[in-house]
Amino acid sequence: MSVELSGLRLPLAHFTLEIDAVLEARMTAVFGASGSGKTSLLEIIAGLRRPAAGTVRVDGQVVADASQHLFLPPEQRAIGYVPQDGALFPHLSVRANLLYGWNPAAPRPAGLTFEHVTEVLEIAPLAERAPATLSAGEKQRVALGRALLAAPRLLLLDEPLAGLDLPLRERLLPYLLRVRDEFALPMIYVTHSPDEVIALCADVLVLEQGGLARRGKPADLFSPSATPRYELRPPPTS
Amino acid sequence: MTAEAWQVTWFTIGVASLSTLLNLPAALALGWLLARREWRGKSLVETLVALPLVMPPVATGLLLLKLLGRHGPFGAWFAAHPGWEFVFTWRGVVLATAVMSFPLLARAARVAFEGVNPRLEQVARTLGAGPVRVFCSITLPLAARGIIAGAVLAFARALGEFGATIMVAGYIPGQTATLALSIYHLVQLNRDGEALQLLAVAVGIAFAAVWFGEWFLRRRRT
Repeated sequence: MSVELSGLRLPLAHFTLEIDAVLEARMTAVFGASGSGKTSLLEIIAGLRRPAAGTVRVDGQVVADASQHLFLPPEQRAIGYVPQDGALFPHLSVRANLLYGWNPAAPRPAGLTFEHVTEVLEIAPLAERAPATLSAGEKQRVALGRALLAAPRLLLLDEPLAGLDLPLRERLLPYLLRVRDEFALPMIYVTHSPDEVIALCADVLVLEQGGLARRGKPADLFSPSATPRYELRPPPTS
Repeated sequence: MTAEAWQVTWFTIGVASLSTLLNLPAALALGWLLARREWRGKSLVETLVALPLVMPPVATGLLLLKLLGRHGPFGAWFAAHPGWEFVFTWRGVVLATAVMSFPLLARAARVAFEGVNPRLEQVARTLGAGPVRVFCSITLPLAARGIIAGAVLAFARALGEFGATIMVAGYIPGQTATLALSIYHLVQLNRDGEALQLLAVAVGIAFAAVWFGEWFLRRRRT
């Protein structure tokens, strides 16, 4: 799996998002302060925003090319997207939410079944409940399950743990690890928490003011600290 | 109640229902376009749609009469093609009440659509649903409460429409006479007893419509 972003440009309110990068890791982190352009980048990859310039290729397929006015709508991209608040459909049961993107004809990896996904995420007992009755952590797990069951080729996670308190984050992290290892699905993970980056991702892109400031392995970019337990290392002086 | 009173009652309910139903598709489409899209002339259309709310109904009626009369630009076309006449016919009553109640429905639909979080629609797209499925399965159900409330309001407006109706369709017993027109007419003839009977009917229908709306909203809330 690869996501190629070449010459990507999108003017935002306070700066212009400009990225050139090829993402190939199983789990890539996009790290940066809030308002650094992380969410806009995910929205471009998902097809929810059109770039002003540049191309986006997923597995070699061009999904957006501004110069050719080519833009594949999100429903034809097979790219899952889990926004920060989960965005469960409030009028549907948990089961109907989970099955919203289910297409029996779609090719899917073995094990990506309703039973297995709900078991891995421990949400099977919630199936008949309404989203409004779920806790924040349960909502996030259902949102994750819903994205998985649509059998995407790539999963985009937009700060899935932001807004949750620390104990809850620590309980949810293992689920993300399980999803990563169980379903062999490539993921791009947007966060401003170094702890999550260290725990989950092999490749880290650091965004600042819409540009790619640094990139590398988490161990090279982050050093242990008290709270949060990791922080961004100072740039190497060479 | 006399046979005439029954006829007027059912005619009025039929006209109000038909005008609300006819308005629904266009009001939903326009409400959605106003809520979700930016386009040239949007504020002009917004203003035009609100006009029947603020103009004197009689003035709206006069405008419709000029447009839909046999020599009017639309009237001539309709008379030639489907062979429809609006002036002094039940079609005129439906059209006048539809035009007068359209703004209420379109505005309610717009507010209802604006209340639907666009993020939900975006997520539905990434789950493989095309725009039509997203509209039918996410946008419309989530906006349903506001739309139903708007439809009840539009129905009530259509029930009581007077000024535009009398301009376009006149008062022809058995053909264009609605509750509102009949009450006015009966009072003019000093037949207050019959007018009061129709008044009671009007109260009853209005009560039932509002009650249905409230009941529906309560049912959806659970």
